[in-house]
Amino acid sequence: MLDIVLRSLWISGTATLLATAWGLPLALLLGLREFRGRRALLSLFHTLMGLPTVTLGLLLFLLLSSRGPLGPLHLLYTPWAMILGQALLVTPIVVTFLCEALERVDPALRDLARTLGASERQASLAVLGEARRGAVLAVLASFNRAVSELGVAMMLGGNLHGYTRVMTTAIALETARGEILLSLQLAAVLLALVFSLNLAVNLLGRR
Amino acid sequence: MRVRSLLLLSLLLVLLLPALHSALRGPGLRVATTTSLYDTGLLEELARVYREGGGGRVAFLPVGTGQAFLQARRGEADLLLVHAPAQEVEFMREGWGENRSVVACNFFVLVGPPQDPAGVENHPPLQALSRIAGAAGEGRARWVSRGDLSGTHLRERELWEEAGYDPENLRKEGWYLETGAGMGQTLLVASEKGAYTLSDLGTFLTYLRKGLVNLKVLVRGGKELLNVYSAIPVNPERVRGVDGEGARRFLEFLLSEEGQRTIGEFGVGRYGEPLFLPAARILGENSDPQLASWIREVALLEG
Repeated sequence: MLDIVLRSLWISGTATLLATAWGLPLALLLGLREFRGRRALLSLFHTLMGLPTVTLGLLLFLLLSSRGPLGPLHLLYTPWAMILGQALLVTPIVVTFLCEALERVDPALRDLARTLGASERQASLAVLGEARRGAVLAVLASFNRAVSELGVAMMLGGNLHGYTRVMTTAIALETARGEILLSLQLAAVLLALVFSLNLAVNLLGRR
Repeated sequence: MRVRSLLLLSLLLVLLLPALHSALRGPGLRVATTTSLYDTGLLEELARVYREGGGGRVAFLPVGTGQAFLQARRGEADLLLVHAPAQEVEFMREGWGENRSVVACNFFVLVGPPQDPAGVENHPPLQALSRIAGAAGEGRARWVSRGDLSGTHLRERELWEEAGYDPENLRKEGWYLETGAGMGQTLLVASEKGAYTLSDLGTFLTYLRKGLVNLKVLVRGGKELLNVYSAIPVNPERVRGVDGEGARRFLEFLLSEEGQRTIGEFGVGRYGEPLFLPAARILGENSDPQLASWIREVALLEG
């Protein structure tokens, strides 16, 4: 059971980091600049938050399967495919929440930074520093979604024993096997884990 | 503004009415069954014929075999339709079921990559498994196991045991993958990894026809691969809230001339061959004595 828990953590953790890595520049762009189509792009990300996990799983499955365009990479049914899928899944969450946090920062702050001689990039970073609580929440919400989703993990990982089996796919399997107690235990571990992580982040953030 | 929101709200309600209606009407007779049987479409076809003959509505709960037995014990299903003879006998002995009838059968197939690196084509099933294990030891082949204690997985384990391997030891081998997922998903994994696996014929043909798997049937037929589906009405005296009468009537239909004909003809149009054999009729008429004796043996009907 421990290896399943650890696997869940590193796969979903890496996916969240990846999503943050490409979501942050996007959010800075969408949250701080004015340009045509900004609203439309934001609505698109809002909508994508409701994308069913199995739909994303299916799309990536078609891309990655040996007959798909990315088939030669042999990524399907590996942890790498799960990381990619979960990262894409939570990107809209990262972007939307980050934008929200950035927009709430007083625009005067940015102007002030620039008057004090900060470059455009330094000014953006100043705003981000001011919005850090919202930013932490964005990353946390993304991790929670990644670690608790089933569709992508099942379709791209294949629930292979000792290789791509994570907590949610193990819960689905034990339920199908009729091992309800084990299922509930796994679910309890998953919840406890998410809870302690959130608690830790909240405590750290309050200081 | 108020009028408009009221209008919107009522529109929403009207749109939700059909869902509400079906939610209040209830599911009809509840049949817990295995995914591999449900995925072929046979059950929907049987339910259609039954309903058109005035038999009422039937709802299927396609779940894992373990979960199906659990649902039956908890009164969440009125009838079981499964293919795990040892568990069925256990279920009956504990008094959960009223009676057990064989309704259909077919053969499992051993499928693998078309190149057949282990050279198992047309070998008897047990010999084929030995050849796969041998080739796998040299890194030339892989095996994908369902690993979910489904009827298919249990048979797979029995076959490995009969071939002289301990399934628990096999799990430690690098070439032995476990999906812990349904048949369809397992076939996709086998195809992707170029591995061998055991499948029911229906799911395999469905996936093959849709071009989803690059696999080939290499071994078929024989008593070892016979797959027998039984129906068990849940005992209403043991489990509260079970529709014993409805389950009995649907079972009668399954065993009737019409039910058996539907089973025996299913899939001919789509796959060019029937996916199931009308096992109840074969047993009743003894039209194929060898197959009938295999069915009795595999389904543990004697003793």
